[in-house]
Amino acid sequence: MSDWRYKLSENRATLLAFVFFIVMFGIYSSNHPAGFNANVVQTAANKGVLLALVAMAQTFVVVTAGIDLSVGMVFVLANCLASWIVVGSPATAALGVIGVLACGLICGAINGMIVIYGRLQPIVTTIASGAVFFGIALLLRPVPGGDVYGPLADALTGRLFGAIPASLVALLAVIVVVWIPYRRSAIGRAAYAVGSSEPAAFMSGVPVQGAKFCAYLLSGLIASVAGLFLTFVTYSGEASSANGGSYTLFSIAAVVLGGVSLFGGSGSAIGAVFGALMFRTIGDLLFVFNLDPLWQPLFQGVVLLAAVCVGSARLFQVRNRLELFG
Amino acid sequence: MSQQAHPTRLSAAFRRVDPPVAIAFGCIVAMLLLGSLYSRSFLSPEYLLQQLKVASFLGVIATGMMIVILLGQIDLSVPWVVAVGGMMSTAATGWGPVGQTMAIPFGIACGVVLGLVNGVGVAYLRIPSMIITLAVNAVAQGLMVVHTGGFSPQDSSSPAMRTLATGDLLLGLPNALLVWAAVGAGAIFLLNRTTFGRAVYGIGNRERAAYLSGIDTQRTVLIAFALAGGLSAFGGVLLAGYASKAAQGMGEAYLLPAIAAVVLGGASILGGRGSYLGTIAGVILITLLQSILSVVQMPEAGRQIIYGVVIIAMLLLYGREGRAR
Amino acid sequence: MQSSAQPLLRMEGVSKRYGGVRALEKADLVVNAGQIHAILGENGAGKSTLIKVLSGVVAPDAGRIMYDGAEVTFASPAAANRAGIVCIFQELSLIPDLSVADNISISNPPRRLGMIDRSAQRRIAEEAMARAGAQDIHPLALVKDLPLSRRQMVEIAKALARNPRVLILDEATSALTAADVAKVFVVLKRLRDEGLSLLYISHRMHEIAELADRCTVFRNGSNVATYAAGTKSDNEVVEMMIGREYSHVFPPKIKAPADAALPLLEVRNLSWTDRLRDISFSARAGEVVGLGGLDGQGQRELLLALFGVLRGVRGEIRVGGANVAPASPHAAKDKTIGMALIPEDRKTEGLMLPMSVRENLSFAALGRVSSGGIIDHDKERGLIGEMIDLLAIRTASIDGPVGALSGGNQQKVVIAKWLMTEPRIILLNDPTRGIDVGTKQEIYQLLRRLADSGAAIVFYTTDYDELIGCCDKALVLYDGAIKRVLEGSEITERALIASALNIAAAPYDAAAARQ
Repeated sequence: MSDWRYKLSENRATLLAFVFFIVMFGIYSSNHPAGFNANVVQTAANKGVLLALVAMAQTFVVVTAGIDLSVGMVFVLANCLASWIVVGSPATAALGVIGVLACGLICGAINGMIVIYGRLQPIVTTIASGAVFFGIALLLRPVPGGDVYGPLADALTGRLFGAIPASLVALLAVIVVVWIPYRRSAIGRAAYAVGSSEPAAFMSGVPVQGAKFCAYLLSGLIASVAGLFLTFVTYSGEASSANGGSYTLFSIAAVVLGGVSLFGGSGSAIGAVFGALMFRTIGDLLFVFNLDPLWQPLFQGVVLLAAVCVGSARLFQVRNRLELFG
Repeated sequence: MSQQAHPTRLSAAFRRVDPPVAIAFGCIVAMLLLGSLYSRSFLSPEYLLQQLKVASFLGVIATGMMIVILLGQIDLSVPWVVAVGGMMSTAATGWGPVGQTMAIPFGIACGVVLGLVNGVGVAYLRIPSMIITLAVNAVAQGLMVVHTGGFSPQDSSSPAMRTLATGDLLLGLPNALLVWAAVGAGAIFLLNRTTFGRAVYGIGNRERAAYLSGIDTQRTVLIAFALAGGLSAFGGVLLAGYASKAAQGMGEAYLLPAIAAVVLGGASILGGRGSYLGTIAGVILITLLQSILSVVQMPEAGRQIIYGVVIIAMLLLYGREGRAR
Repeated sequence: MQSSAQPLLRMEGVSKRYGGVRALEKADLVVNAGQIHAILGENGAGKSTLIKVLSGVVAPDAGRIMYDGAEVTFASPAAANRAGIVCIFQELSLIPDLSVADNISISNPPRRLGMIDRSAQRRIAEEAMARAGAQDIHPLALVKDLPLSRRQMVEIAKALARNPRVLILDEATSALTAADVAKVFVVLKRLRDEGLSLLYISHRMHEIAELADRCTVFRNGSNVATYAAGTKSDNEVVEMMIGREYSHVFPPKIKAPADAALPLLEVRNLSWTDRLRDISFSARAGEVVGLGGLDGQGQRELLLALFGVLRGVRGEIRVGGANVAPASPHAAKDKTIGMALIPEDRKTEGLMLPMSVRENLSFAALGRVSSGGIIDHDKERGLIGEMIDLLAIRTASIDGPVGALSGGNQQKVVIAKWLMTEPRIILLNDPTRGIDVGTKQEIYQLLRRLADSGAAIVFYTTDYDELIGCCDKALVLYDGAIKRVLEGSEITERALIASALNIAAAPYDAAAARQ
């Protein structure tokens, strides 16, 4: 029985995020004027999945004690690219999808190489690379436009069996196919080791550089999946820096709400997903309670502030203040 | 014994210029020369003064960012604290004669309050600065949305604000530049000649050692963030003065350039290292880069790409940072 | 205690230079299977380089290593591990946020379908921990939730999971409580009986006396003597280690006048978590009080508690008769209390290495070199000049980075920094660790001078000679409480070791037997 206790304790942050999300979504849907129906859930899901995917991308890098401030821009770039190449016949559309994913991998690889071989800090690297990715997105889509392969878009943004949003199923698929195998692989564990204590990881023979590189690669990949999905939702590509910027910053908020430590070494993308869904739901809660939409940004901000303050309450249990310093 | 002849001020200053700062200034000169191949007017006093004026706004904001980065932290609340500064000062202008005279201090004070929230979070609650400043940014945005009712702010700036940002009282030098010069002089004094500045460098270098040396690290961090908030808001006040009114999202364009300017000036993003001279170079460099790209009518796409590539290239040039400390 | 006929590991004529420094000079070593071989030597004698060569971290410049009768070269620690030579370092190599099982199989996990096979991994962990005698640790527990002593056990289990034939322990017990040390010794002896070779590096004579079968003394990079344990007296061993007649020079102790009425520092019933229990002692102005006992008995925590670093400290602290409760070093440093702490690790706690000597020196006393928050650079240089003279700090320039100074001079900078605050009570946390002999002497002189000028000094050291030579009073700690107070001529090595050891309840009292 003590096995369960340990597993529980290890995943405590993720479970908390899950619980909070369920509570919030419960409040939301029970008070929704239109009631808890499939349409409501579908719209919410489509919006939420976008941020959830970007938050997942951010998690890969944050776990290694890095940060990726270019995720929002890779997201936008993938969106613009998809609006060009995920079109036409099923074959060309499939090739287009592969192209978009490859683009995400390349963006991730660029980030990884600069951080690892250029030995620059992730925060400045990704600010600069984000600008480059956005510039390329602008080249692709100076004005919003484009199209996307209809059947695929409809399928992924629609509903399965008339009730379950396909986007959630797709999100689940990404988690099962990408996150869980990664988490259980040696390279995934190496990423956690690096984030937890890079010197100890090095001394223990963990492949530090390989783990970091893989993390950036996957971040780019999942961000491009998110961008692809955005194209399915909006049927167009738009190079909006405001959009890219806010997704980047919201992904950090989602990651923190989901219990992933910004210092690296702990947390899970599943928690980040719930953090993202929670974040989205908070905004919508106001609408549901008929509060002036004017107050939504403030409400969202205050909840975020409260959440991060509460999250640090653990620090008050520290007995030796030296532990507070690195 | 190690007592040497006290070096002259000048030679001491030169010895302290480290390579990144020299490279940054070198790049500024190179850019001007390259630009002059495109058009003579790149070297004209009017153009240079105009650039310095535009740079002043970024310069004031980057000063606050630099202090926070020297501590080893980051301030992501710049976008909306700038907006708060602009909007609150223009709002105060509309509150009668008392409001008008107090507009500028009021705007700055609002920024200081937000900075204090950041500071309390980082210093006392030990929340990573990245996330608390992000949250404060969101709260500031929320407050401003409520304040303006979601519309563009209609208040206009006070005459004082306008003069500060657009006038040129002294020898034809833009007031904004003089303001930046004053802020900069204050920053240099603060960092190099006060115990606060010494504490900032110490904390950025090794907070544990600073703490064990009996420095009140919490108070230092608090003051630093409050200063940064005040300076960001002051930047917003100036921007509102320049445009005669505030605007939604007026601070968005200043966050990443402020960080880039500080880092391109040779400051380490991990803290503990950097001189204000470098920040000056970084601010001018970025302003010049943005200006040149717009003069040669480079489309926004190209501008973004070149902007990003230049930052990475220069940082790689400075030498690898982030070695184990 | 059998040893097999042929040595398992043999080093012949191994040399290694770092720049101009000869770390190892034609060093020899013979290690037999089924034996615990202790290696002694001062700092800089070549012990750590020896280990690095043996465990594949560095390659020797000359000489050869014979393993199992054949010559070998190890390109990396991984290669050495594969050959069966595993090293347990003092600095733990465990990943805090991962579980014990993850840590034990961190570098080569069992795999299934490309992913880590968790159940196999858990089995490996359970076997390794059983072998290390640490069955009480749950394999799924996160390392960061374990106390330091448990973590060291996990570190040992991790080494054992690699199925070593030679196990090297480099000061591996420094983090353990007395009870754990005893447990580990039982495990090590069992491993020896199973046929493992153990190389045990330590400077603690009593541990070596209890554990080792053979001992080798290193000095200046060479093997100066190898002998069976118990055949040499401690004095002889120390002489071999330092290569000259055993005589530390300590300044004479002037007994403080008995009427120095009130103690300057008085501690009553000080307690903190389970690391400090009901500690009471006093220190008069002019008195040097030493904290002794085995490592990790709460000495460091006591100093931190006095200095205001720990939260939740119970009990009373009185300075100059007045009750104080410093809530931070900032408060402890204040003139009303006047404490100073020279911390344990000068590189990460005492200095800001990239900053200049000048900036480091004035860092704790910025108030003295400034007025109204503005620094007076001339006054600063003047005061710093005085300090540098006072402590004879050797530095090329006061504006150069303090990281460029030698270890001894760095420590002097740390001490000078605190002397600038004109403290009444000076706390020192192992101040002469890793410092050359010459600088040590200077520090002893300095401490005595400071005491004579009216300061009360409390210092923790792992060196018995310092306790005997410097201190007017020695407090021997065990498990967070004061077990014995020795004053003046009562402080002898025999008394110190006896009080520290008797409490450890070793399975057989080799040291006591020889006394």
